[in-house]
Amino acid sequence: MNRSTLALQVAVLARRSVVRTMRQPAMVIPSLVFPLLLLAINSSGLDSATRLPGFPTDSYLQFALAIPFVQGALFSANSAGTNVANDIESGFLNRLALTPLRRVALMMGQLAGILALGLIQAITFVVIGVAFGSGIAAGVAGALVIVALSLVISLGFGLIGAFVALRTGTGEAVQGVFPLFFAALFLSSMALPRNLIETDWFRTVATWNPVSYMLEAIRSLVITGWDGEALALGFACAGGLALVALLAASSALRTQMLRT
Amino acid sequence: MTGSGFWSVARAVAWRNIHNFFSNPALAVPALLFPMFFFTAFAGGLSRVDQVPGFDYGAGYTTFVYGFVLLQASTFGGIFTGFSIARDFESGFSRRLLMAAPRHGGIIGGYWLAALTRAVFTVTVITVVALIAGLEIHGSGVDLVGLYALALLVNTAAMLFGTGIAMRLRTMQAAPAMQMPAFLLLFLAPVWVPYDLLTGWVQTTASVNPITLMLEAGRGFLAGDPTKVLPAFGVAALLASVTVLWARGGLRSAERAA
Repeated sequence: MNRSTLALQVAVLARRSVVRTMRQPAMVIPSLVFPLLLLAINSSGLDSATRLPGFPTDSYLQFALAIPFVQGALFSANSAGTNVANDIESGFLNRLALTPLRRVALMMGQLAGILALGLIQAITFVVIGVAFGSGIAAGVAGALVIVALSLVISLGFGLIGAFVALRTGTGEAVQGVFPLFFAALFLSSMALPRNLIETDWFRTVATWNPVSYMLEAIRSLVITGWDGEALALGFACAGGLALVALLAASSALRTQMLRT
Repeated sequence: MTGSGFWSVARAVAWRNIHNFFSNPALAVPALLFPMFFFTAFAGGLSRVDQVPGFDYGAGYTTFVYGFVLLQASTFGGIFTGFSIARDFESGFSRRLLMAAPRHGGIIGGYWLAALTRAVFTVTVITVVALIAGLEIHGSGVDLVGLYALALLVNTAAMLFGTGIAMRLRTMQAAPAMQMPAFLLLFLAPVWVPYDLLTGWVQTTASVNPITLMLEAGRGFLAGDPTKVLPAFGVAALLASVTVLWARGGLRSAERAA
């Protein structure tokens, strides 16, 4: 099989994945509305937290703007997993297994839908954040880096969703792990900077939780400007998560295709 | 037809629903998990917020958060019962029930008993966890009776609201219509900080949100400083009364469709 054939396979499946994701308002709209709703409530409800000594900004909106990017990615995990599970339950994957389609093309094609949704989310969150008065200290280039990091985060969580679907073959299992993703977000430095978290065990969990570093990388670009260490940690955690999830999903896809 | 017809239907419906709840982890676990997430994330992650100037709640931040989580668990205990009703309609069980039950009011009565049982279970578990995590109750026994009575009234209103929707739409796709208003009412109240420390549009919304009254009364009971008790119970009772009518309308709609 030559490269042009592989590219064609990827393009066809990517188009299908993007169109299918965008044609489901029930997947796209909540992934935009819920994070923005939480941002709106948090930024007003917790604004007084900025009066704590050592809080990095005097605007909670600026501090909380990082949250929708990760929360949106959690919705990507759900939609990616549900789409893959539907392909298994409807027999689409079985039929593909009878064709000379390469597994890598199938995996890359499925990722296109996640990335398209992630891109829409990231641009929406940046635009709305700026429109409501949260400047981005790192400027336009920083906004582009936020979008790039957000895509890597979406890819990581989306691949976890795909892995669960490929491993179990059911949409219910994907829905079942959704609360665990939320636990990862809640047990991070989502609401306060880690140095201001008073409860020892919570601070320890937040420190070990990779989601904290994803949030802090985005937050650094919004609040302080260019912070190499925060960005390196953020990209390393998001990229590492994506890589591990890709390997796991590829392995699960191989098993799923063999079963077929 | 006698009252015994009502109670025999209510008992049967309640027993089935409670049995399903406790024997199906997919129903029991989320009901416990979500309030626990919120309690852990807020009480653990935001505990320093009680050092913000103007934060004047003497019983500590864990207790402050518990007041919210108690109300949240009670509300969603009622809403999740609405989900069960919708599921029963989808499976065809409710249609058979409507044909077999001598008193249809007993169906709502049964779901109400189930909602109370589910709420008592969830609240008990959360209270035990909160006590381990440092919940301080400064209120007296009478205050606690007031606190949990208020929570059960809220549970009743939420259950009746969910019932009205589930019986009118008779599909699980109605779940967001039950969940979203409850979610919005709960989170547009003083969740993380007292009302005076809210800013902007959330403070404006909280000032007209009935949940604010109940939340402040609940936190007052916990702190041993009862506040706004009569207005809170008045609003809760009013909500329960209005939602009784709403649920009865839903039952009539389901009867016509059966």
